[in-house]
Amino acid sequence: MSALRTAAGGRIDRTQRLTFTFDGRRYQGFAGDTLASALLANGVHLMGRSFKYHRPRGVLGAGAEEPNALVTVNRDIARHTPNLRATQVELYDGLVAESQHRWPSLTFDVGAINNLLSPFLPAGFYNKTFMWPRSAWHKVWEPPIRAAAGLGVAPTLPDPDRYAQQFAHCDVLVVGAGPAGLAAALAAATAGARVILCDEQAEMGGSLLSERDATIDGQPAAAWADATLARLAAMKRVRLLPRTTAFGYFPHNNIGLSERITEHLAQPSPSAPRERMWQVRAHEVVIATGAIERPLLFPGNDLPGVMLASAARTYLNRYGVRVGTRAVIAAGSDSAFAAAVDLAAAGIQIAAIADVRAPNAVDGPGLAAARAAGLPIRSSATVLAATGKLRIAAVKLGSVASNGNVSPTETLACDVLLMSGGFTPSVHLHSQSRGKLAFNEELGAFVPAATAERSRSVGSCRGINGLAASLEDGAVAGAAAATATGHAATAPRFVASALDAGIDGVPGALPQLAAAIPPAKAFVDFQNDVTTRDLALARREGFESIEHIKRYTTTGMATDQGKTSGLNALGFVAAESDRRIGEVGLTTYRMPYTPVTFGAFAGFARGDQFDPVRKTPSHDWTVARGGVFEDVGMWKRTRFFPLGREDMHAAVDRECLGVRNSVGMFDASTLGKIEVVGKDAAEFLNRFYVNNWSSLAPGRSRYGILLRDDGFVYDDGVIGRLAADRFHVTTTTGGAARVFGMMEDYIQTEWTDLSVWITSTTEQWSVVAVQGPRARDVLTKLVTGIDLSPTALPHMAIAHGEICGIPLMLFRVSFSGELGFEVNVPADYGTLVWEAIHDAGQEFGITPYGTEAMHVLRAEKGYIIVGQDTDGTMTPDDAAVAWAIGKTKPDFIGKRGLERPALKAAGRKQLVGLQTVDPKVVLEEGAQVVVTANQPVPYVMIGYVTSSYHSAALGRSIALAAVADGRARMGEILYVAMPGGDIPVKIVSPVFYDPQGARINV
Amino acid sequence: MLIIDCPYCGPRPEPEFAHGGQAHVARPADPSQATDQEWLEFLYLRHNTRGVFAERWRHARGCGRFFNALRDTTTDHFLATYRAGEKPPVLPAGGAR
Amino acid sequence: MQKFSAWSLFKEAFGGHQGWKSQYRRATPKAEYDAIIVGGGGHGLGAAYYLAAEHGLTNIAVVEKGWIGGGNTGRNTTIIRSNYLFDESARLYDHSLKMWEDLSQVLNYNVMFSPRGVMMLAHTVHDMQVIKRHVHANRGNGVDNEWLSPEQAKEFCPILNVEQNIRYPVLGAALQRRGGTARHDTVAWGYARAADALGVDIIENCEVTGIRRDAQGAVEGIETTRGYIRSRKVGVSAAGHTSVVLGYAGIKLPLESFPLQALVSEPVKPIMPCVVMSNTIHAYMSQSDKGELVIGAGTDAYNSYTQRGGLHISAHTLESICELFPVVRRLKMLRNWGGIVDTTPDRSPIIAKTPVKGLYVNCGWGTGGFKATPGSAHVFAWTIANDEPHPINAPFTIERFRDGLLIDEAAAAAVAH
Repeated sequence: MSALRTAAGGRIDRTQRLTFTFDGRRYQGFAGDTLASALLANGVHLMGRSFKYHRPRGVLGAGAEEPNALVTVNRDIARHTPNLRATQVELYDGLVAESQHRWPSLTFDVGAINNLLSPFLPAGFYNKTFMWPRSAWHKVWEPPIRAAAGLGVAPTLPDPDRYAQQFAHCDVLVVGAGPAGLAAALAAATAGARVILCDEQAEMGGSLLSERDATIDGQPAAAWADATLARLAAMKRVRLLPRTTAFGYFPHNNIGLSERITEHLAQPSPSAPRERMWQVRAHEVVIATGAIERPLLFPGNDLPGVMLASAARTYLNRYGVRVGTRAVIAAGSDSAFAAAVDLAAAGIQIAAIADVRAPNAVDGPGLAAARAAGLPIRSSATVLAATGKLRIAAVKLGSVASNGNVSPTETLACDVLLMSGGFTPSVHLHSQSRGKLAFNEELGAFVPAATAERSRSVGSCRGINGLAASLEDGAVAGAAAATATGHAATAPRFVASALDAGIDGVPGALPQLAAAIPPAKAFVDFQNDVTTRDLALARREGFESIEHIKRYTTTGMATDQGKTSGLNALGFVAAESDRRIGEVGLTTYRMPYTPVTFGAFAGFARGDQFDPVRKTPSHDWTVARGGVFEDVGMWKRTRFFPLGREDMHAAVDRECLGVRNSVGMFDASTLGKIEVVGKDAAEFLNRFYVNNWSSLAPGRSRYGILLRDDGFVYDDGVIGRLAADRFHVTTTTGGAARVFGMMEDYIQTEWTDLSVWITSTTEQWSVVAVQGPRARDVLTKLVTGIDLSPTALPHMAIAHGEICGIPLMLFRVSFSGELGFEVNVPADYGTLVWEAIHDAGQEFGITPYGTEAMHVLRAEKGYIIVGQDTDGTMTPDDAAVAWAIGKTKPDFIGKRGLERPALKAAGRKQLVGLQTVDPKVVLEEGAQVVVTANQPVPYVMIGYVTSSYHSAALGRSIALAAVADGRARMGEILYVAMPGGDIPVKIVSPVFYDPQGARINV
Repeated sequence: MLIIDCPYCGPRPEPEFAHGGQAHVARPADPSQATDQEWLEFLYLRHNTRGVFAERWRHARGCGRFFNALRDTTTDHFLATYRAGEKPPVLPAGGAR
Repeated sequence: MQKFSAWSLFKEAFGGHQGWKSQYRRATPKAEYDAIIVGGGGHGLGAAYYLAAEHGLTNIAVVEKGWIGGGNTGRNTTIIRSNYLFDESARLYDHSLKMWEDLSQVLNYNVMFSPRGVMMLAHTVHDMQVIKRHVHANRGNGVDNEWLSPEQAKEFCPILNVEQNIRYPVLGAALQRRGGTARHDTVAWGYARAADALGVDIIENCEVTGIRRDAQGAVEGIETTRGYIRSRKVGVSAAGHTSVVLGYAGIKLPLESFPLQALVSEPVKPIMPCVVMSNTIHAYMSQSDKGELVIGAGTDAYNSYTQRGGLHISAHTLESICELFPVVRRLKMLRNWGGIVDTTPDRSPIIAKTPVKGLYVNCGWGTGGFKATPGSAHVFAWTIANDEPHPINAPFTIERFRDGLLIDEAAAAAVAH
């Protein structure tokens, strides 16, 4: 193993060697490594190319903040995941990773030509050009720009993996298992509260895992973390969720967590989900998300080998990796000195520590430790530039005179430059919860202020500095949170010692370089290639709001969402505009904290699990016979039953003729059914539907029309009066739930004077429509206790009896224009009765028919389908059903709405029949009606075809249409506009078949 | 996903409920006497308040009851829920969180 | 106005881009204007531009409570199309679409209008009927829209799943080839720059807190957080906040404001050549020039001004997206955000005079206002300048809700049987 790996220490398992490839080259690492740490151990810093200029980039950080080291991990062709941060990819044996956004290779990338052209590609360059000629943007310029953009490549096959979802409740959710989070969880858990502790990393412990000499209660920090986690794991009411990112904070303490389950495994179990999305509803939330170190802004700050000092420390102490052999430290904060001490102790040569802090910086413990260690410190220094090609080779330092003048001093060869501009508290979740932020001048960062939810931020994410203070802060908050949930708690106390660096930092340009015009070109947003000059340009062009600057330059909009660049951009803009950072403001934090897999949001909802499937009693019977279904709402309805090689038209013709000539059967179970009961049931329906229900005798039924209060048709259906105080209401299939909801609304909130109750009975009844001249003959074989004769059971009558010994509610009703019955039986018997009727009908050649034939049969009779022949803009008069309105009623829903001027105006579209002059031509539904043929576009359209079929019974096509003043146009020849030539049609009555209704009343 | 405190069932998650628009919009007692303007107000004109808003919810996948709530539309926090037919409770000055 | 071109970019590069001027002035309010537009989104800035460019009114101001383009202009999914059903809507949206086609040239600002085609999917027989009705009506209005079989739809968008293995298989689609996308922010900036060059004052961080009226009830000015500003003509174009602003003049509108969410994925190399929309299972997706998949989610059930919605809403959208485009299931959501959409009962906008003399309103765009930006701004400017509506927006009155003369695009699509 490479000389960069330390001999011992850290959290890796040196007994488990793992082999992996990066861009086809084989490397070795250890269990516990991330891809980034393993590559660094092999001396590889170059891991990616930047978005715009294709500049070579190395790993900057060691965690979620990483903007540069984006890779694709390829398990197989379908399990191909782009844009992963190498700092978060856990190494496993056989891992195959590739760099992305480069061609032909990472070291030689043709796209880097953009870097040479960068003077011509400043922020917003695309706003200013590519405008000529007019259509060139889409045709000429945009395609190559699109091809050049993007980062990784999306998979080309559907994702075979599964994603789970889980809801959970707890008293206290602690986000982040660093010192503050662990202390909070311990405090809450020992008080008996139900606790969930989640952490985005594979191993819990946070910054404790990166400490070298820190101790808590006498133990090394990492050992204390292990012991504490073991204590927590042993508690029944505690759930530990490592590899779990709290990505979103939603209203009412609803937190979204994304858990990675198999991604780190070499051989995942095929039965395990890849990820699990948790939706946690927490009584109290403790946010312990830590802080992220900031880069410094100087020329060349994006070269591979230029890293965050804290990341170098993490690679060393946690992963046993020296990130280089000879380091220059650019110390914009006290913590950089502390990092230098650790690195020097591990044998990394410290060429120099340049103290680049502002002249008035207060010396902290880190600086003292570096001095004590005898490290070479350059005071009043600055970094003039980092140089190198695919890796940093040297750093040019300067010294700053007391008058502010900068003069070059030395050029130091090095293979890493470690920088620290101070730490930015991770206030993402607090801000997402709509908590307020306040700028803390001492800290130079935004920290949580007033909360909007039941949450507490603790530790460094609220600016608390130092190990002991963080532990105490977490413990106090954890105890308070538990107490708020009724588990009285006291905060545990800890004795901790650590090299706690000071809290200073440098947001924005280095103070020594800030005055230059144009500003020294340094990268602010590494991934999106936004430089200090871009920010200055945005301001020069008049963009002052940080939101504008962000959108104009795209700073903070890369896949890291500004975790390392946000405050630097603010600091730079503030200095440029002579404002304080707090005055510049902040862009809104939005979920997710780090990107979350689409599949995890979708979870189980795929295929048939996407939406429940509602099946009718005849479903399986139909499947067995090769029936074809259509989706209507959640229902699967049979559209037609093809025999042999019949197509839909042949099947529908046959089914229709079967009904007209003998008898057919249709599964009508999907119709909505509502039972309306109470002494005021009739009065309620009088007010609710347009019809008069008082005059309906028990044992009879009637076709009802429902409007909304705006006067437009909303639903329809046959309503039977079972008793003086009991009605059986049917609705359209799609309308069942909304009609029921509307009834509840009026009963509960408008007509509280009425004594009436409603119950949805859609699922209680199975309904078989038996229609055709032989319908009575079929049912006579099966029905007992009901006299089916025309006199005893006339059209629209209802009777109760039995069928096959099963309780039966029989409606004599027809939606086909033939003698018809609807057999209602308790739902569980639906399949049995369906099959019994089919068997009994065999001697009459009974024809099962589907929705398509049902539509043809009803259209031949001019019966409307609400939602097809009406569209939410039609009145009863428009739809030719005004006859249903009870004329003497004082009020019903929609009555007043119908009186509005536009609903009574002339020229409204009215439902009529259309007959094509050529009987063979079947019109297209939705086609438009015009007065004269073949007009130039645009032309005046006076109506449209709502329903259109070939009628086997009539041997010709028929259609229904909504046509302006249609009823006054009977007999007129109009045209249906079609691309291939307009089709002449005659306006006729919508009733095409048996207009006298003789066939029903038999 | 909000938590909504049904006055009949207690706190339940939002998917159990259907929003019912502004509360306390009474249908005119005799619609035939309403002018077009009055009918417009009943049908369509709503406060669309930015701040504390009295609204209706129906516990559609629960008890089925309509009830009213006071919710701050700038935070989505509920200040109170109360039964249909009741007057909105008087809030303490400054409201609740 | 400093000319934008490849040549000017080239020249400026040699001066370190030091020569670029501010794209618009940071104006402070004057005492009085001939007209004030409330709301610095695309619609408002555009109206100011057309007032100045086409109606000779140059003493005008746009007042914006935050930063220009910060409302729905900067929060939408940038879908542009005009294949609406009703004649009134088709005229309005197609007027706008035609203006999109040369907006970059008119404004000398590349708004990146990209007519890559907008495809609307049918999943049920009812969808097919509705969509075909649109296709036929569009043809009569001179609006391109064509019916595609599932196979043709897949050819146009190769990552679309047209297999039968999903809950609601794709049965066909309507394609408007002239439809597409644009870059949202640039629309606000382009209009702001062009309007500014004509003398329009763009006043940011200026929230309206009142509307003053004279003894006859006519508008005489607005109270703002930056003081009182006189004007006899005030046009309100404040999207989700319109109800609040018009409330200052005692006007109540049939509007409700809902949270609407959108999200983007991490950038990937081009996989999505067009815009695909499914109304039935609530999903809209395109891919930005940067490579992010841009996805529209639904509105929450309740009205709100929070600019955020529930997790279940965006989750439901991604369920649909993953079914329609199964190759994106492993991609990741990068950012999710919310806007406030003001919706009317018929889901069509109001662009009209109000009962208060001198007060005009352009609102109610619901989830679809971005596409209408140039056309809406154009006819709104006309309405303000002439104190009467342009023929195109004449049907989009406030009174239509009283009279029942709705333009109900939603009703025409939504009702199932």
